[in-house]
Amino acid sequence: MDPVFLSRLQFAVATLFHFIFVPLTLGLAILVAIMETRYVRTGNPEYKKMTKFWGHMFLINFVVGVVTGITLEFQFGTNWARYSKYVGDIFGSILAIEATMAFFLESTFIGVWFFGWNKLKPRTHAACMWLVAIASNLSAYWIITANAWMQHPVGYEIRGGRAELTDFLAVITQPYAITNYLHTVFAGYIVAGFFVMGISAYHLLKKTEISFFTKSFRIALVFSLIFSIGEVFMGDINGKEVARLQPEKLAAMESQWETQKGADFSLLLIPDEKHERNAVELFNIPKFLSFLAKGDWNAEIRGLKSWPPADRPPVTAVFTSFRIMVGLGFLFILLTIIGWFKRNKLESSPIYLRIMLYSIPLPYIATLLGWIVTEVGRQPWIVYRVLRTADASSPIAGSQVAVSLAAFIILYSGLGAIAIWLMARHAKHGPETI
Amino acid sequence: MLETIWFLLWGLIWGIYFMLDGFDFGLGTLLPFIARSDKEKRVIYNAMGPFWDGNEVWLITAGGVTFAAFPTTYAVMFSTLYTPLLMILFALIIRAASLEFRNKIASQSWKSFWDACLFIGSFTPALLFGVAFANIFQGIPFDKNYVFQGNLFTLLNPYGLLGGVLFVALFLVHGSIWLAIKSDGNLHVKAKAAASSIWIFLLVVAVVFLGYTWFATPLYKNYLSNPILFILPLITVLALLATRLFIFQNAFWKAWIASSLTILTAVLFGVVGLFPNMYPSSIDSTLSLTAFNSSSSPLTLKIMLGVVLVMVPIVIAYQTWAYHLFSGKIDEAMLSSKESY
Ligand code: HDD
Ligand code: HEM
Ligand code: HEM
Repeated sequence: MDPVFLSRLQFAVATLFHFIFVPLTLGLAILVAIMETRYVRTGNPEYKKMTKFWGHMFLINFVVGVVTGITLEFQFGTNWARYSKYVGDIFGSILAIEATMAFFLESTFIGVWFFGWNKLKPRTHAACMWLVAIASNLSAYWIITANAWMQHPVGYEIRGGRAELTDFLAVITQPYAITNYLHTVFAGYIVAGFFVMGISAYHLLKKTEISFFTKSFRIALVFSLIFSIGEVFMGDINGKEVARLQPEKLAAMESQWETQKGADFSLLLIPDEKHERNAVELFNIPKFLSFLAKGDWNAEIRGLKSWPPADRPPVTAVFTSFRIMVGLGFLFILLTIIGWFKRNKLESSPIYLRIMLYSIPLPYIATLLGWIVTEVGRQPWIVYRVLRTADASSPIAGSQVAVSLAAFIILYSGLGAIAIWLMARHAKHGPETI
Repeated sequence: MLETIWFLLWGLIWGIYFMLDGFDFGLGTLLPFIARSDKEKRVIYNAMGPFWDGNEVWLITAGGVTFAAFPTTYAVMFSTLYTPLLMILFALIIRAASLEFRNKIASQSWKSFWDACLFIGSFTPALLFGVAFANIFQGIPFDKNYVFQGNLFTLLNPYGLLGGVLFVALFLVHGSIWLAIKSDGNLHVKAKAAASSIWIFLLVVAVVFLGYTWFATPLYKNYLSNPILFILPLITVLALLATRLFIFQNAFWKAWIASSLTILTAVLFGVVGLFPNMYPSSIDSTLSLTAFNSSSSPLTLKIMLGVVLVMVPIVIAYQTWAYHLFSGKIDEAMLSSKESY
């Protein structure tokens, strides 16, 4: 059993699972904080009920995010020891900063918020939720800069067989990190927005608590509309960053085999990795790919064949994930725009409400696919063009990893099932349970 | 110099972690033995309620700081201790789940299930952290390729196990005192009784451990060459005795602070004895990882020192505020509110 392969699988399971819960935390923290702020401003008890109802959901989700994050923090050491030794100088410091600046704030104030309803003034209490929201979005910034450094290492020098930091500011302010950060947190806001809209739609369909859920729906709708548009916009910028910095990944995302000037974009495309070509290429838009990637209709796009096979990322996974994510991105804009026109007659739009209810999983899917594009597209490198994934693992036995991977899968499935069941139960009962 | 400062900070952060999460571990381990009714159990859960997550972040920080300041130690320590470390992390997962989920469903079997999880999730890390640290004091069998020559049972040697028992005993006393602070009535009486009787056990284990350490580890070398350092274990012993005195006087906050100091200085006692080693190899001492051969570049150490010196006092300030805010006893009003575990 190959410890590298198993470690990759384990890391993928652990991060993807973490990232089922993270985006909802990022977005719902803000939504709950907005609701509570309205309560403080207006004194309307309905907003208090709203804060508690969605806050309850937030907490169940939050705890799973927390515990799955801790295993990640240590997995760099357990499974990627050679990586950790090689890049700890830079990478480790960002993780440590994340803990001291963001996690403490997040974890302390969420406790104060939950247990402090009767101990704090309403204003202070609402401020605690804002602190949680700020802290979780701040934590995302740090971890994304760490990830961005693996995608595009800057501000370092190789000395004595490892990467040493030379310019800290360059690491934490590189444009790639900023665009990735915005794209990732916006994804979280969409997840949270659709989550709140979907559950509200469920109750509006059943005609329970109409006023409560109409208000919730509308807050989430505005939020989702803004960020769905922002997300596609950021995605475009993100794609241009990839084209500039990681041409192999771009070629895989578009399944572009030949180097071409003024490359076409095919609406329907099926890659054939074995024969290094595309099995199907239909509905071509001339020169559009060059325009999308570089902002110039005649720009050159490097094809996959210009790299030796050992340096290419897997194409089908990256390409398919990318296409679906982009498709979903446009779908979200469509759904929220429709919602905007129906915002004053939600109860009489059962079809729309039903669609929104069943759309809850879609932003989650887009988010996970996005990470697959980013991470699988970086292969075979763990640190792009600096360190190969194959050289990064720990000197441990494959059997050890196999056992822990099995344990991860069992434990996480149980944990996820319970959390989702509890959330669904709470969602169905509605605000009367609190 | 930077390395030495970082070495001490490293020890300090681990110490703070054990001092804080220690009482959570103690409470969870105590639960099946001390709490009878559902109400008593909920007092225990809520005694940890607002704190456990903030406490746990000290572990993340300890891990992060190890990674940032001593990447080689981070890499070798956590890959050679692969199995016990993952067992600890899994245990922490089910502990957090039991805290958050137990009170969500009224069924009795649901609650008993999570009570069992809380016990396992608290006892396992307490024991294994102790085992791990004791083994580090002794030296870990890893070779020049940083491959661990052994398995989980290699670590469960007598000295390692004694370290585990010591940690469990420390945390049980610490947790019982915290429970005495947070509870009333019968549970308060039981908590006090537990604190006093486990304290005696702790004293015995501590004395045996200190003696055994003389034979099993080179820890005293630094102390013998620098006798002034003996002040550290002296504080540990005095704090341990003071803990007992304060329990006796029903001064539970003072007892808790004394017990915190015991844990903190006990960890520092080990860490200072280890210096400059961080992760010694028992196969070949030239392979041992030290604060000097495993550290980050001076630039990273400087930046991180700035971050830690600014952020950690701020963290301590708001965490102290949060402890102060929830310093009262767990009463009926709290247990019957929806905002409780
Ligand atoms: C874009 C955001 C993002 C990304 C990419 C990651 N995380 Fe995360 N993480 C968060 C955003 C987040 C959060 C929103 O701050 C969480 C999620 C839910 C929560 O409770 O806090 C969190 C929790 C969380 C915790 C627990 C914190 C606590 O106890 O409060 C740890 C230790 C990590 N994460 C570590 C990691 C590591 C090592 C990652 C890389 C592989 C990672 N996270 C990816
Ligand atoms: C939470 C969001 C993330 C998701 C969903 C995610 C997903 C993945 C996936 C699917 C893989 C496996 C790729 C493969 O082996 O083909 C992977 C690998 C990896 N990712 Fe991420 N990732 C995330 C965030 C991060 C972050 C923030 C970092 C670093 C700070 C990171 C570091 C790594 C490392 C070290 C590997 C292992 C080496 C490898 O197989 O490439 N990931 N990730
Ligand atoms: C038309 C719409 C979109 C475009 C053009 C787009 C573009 C991209 C690109 C190019 C990447 C890879 C970045 C890299 O490898 O560095 C990416 C990653 C990602 N996408 Fe999208 N995306 C779109 C929509 C969405 C939507 C709707 C979501 C979720 C709701 C989403 C979530 C993500 C996530 C979480 C990542 C990984 C994190 C990152 O690298 O930023 N994307 N996206």
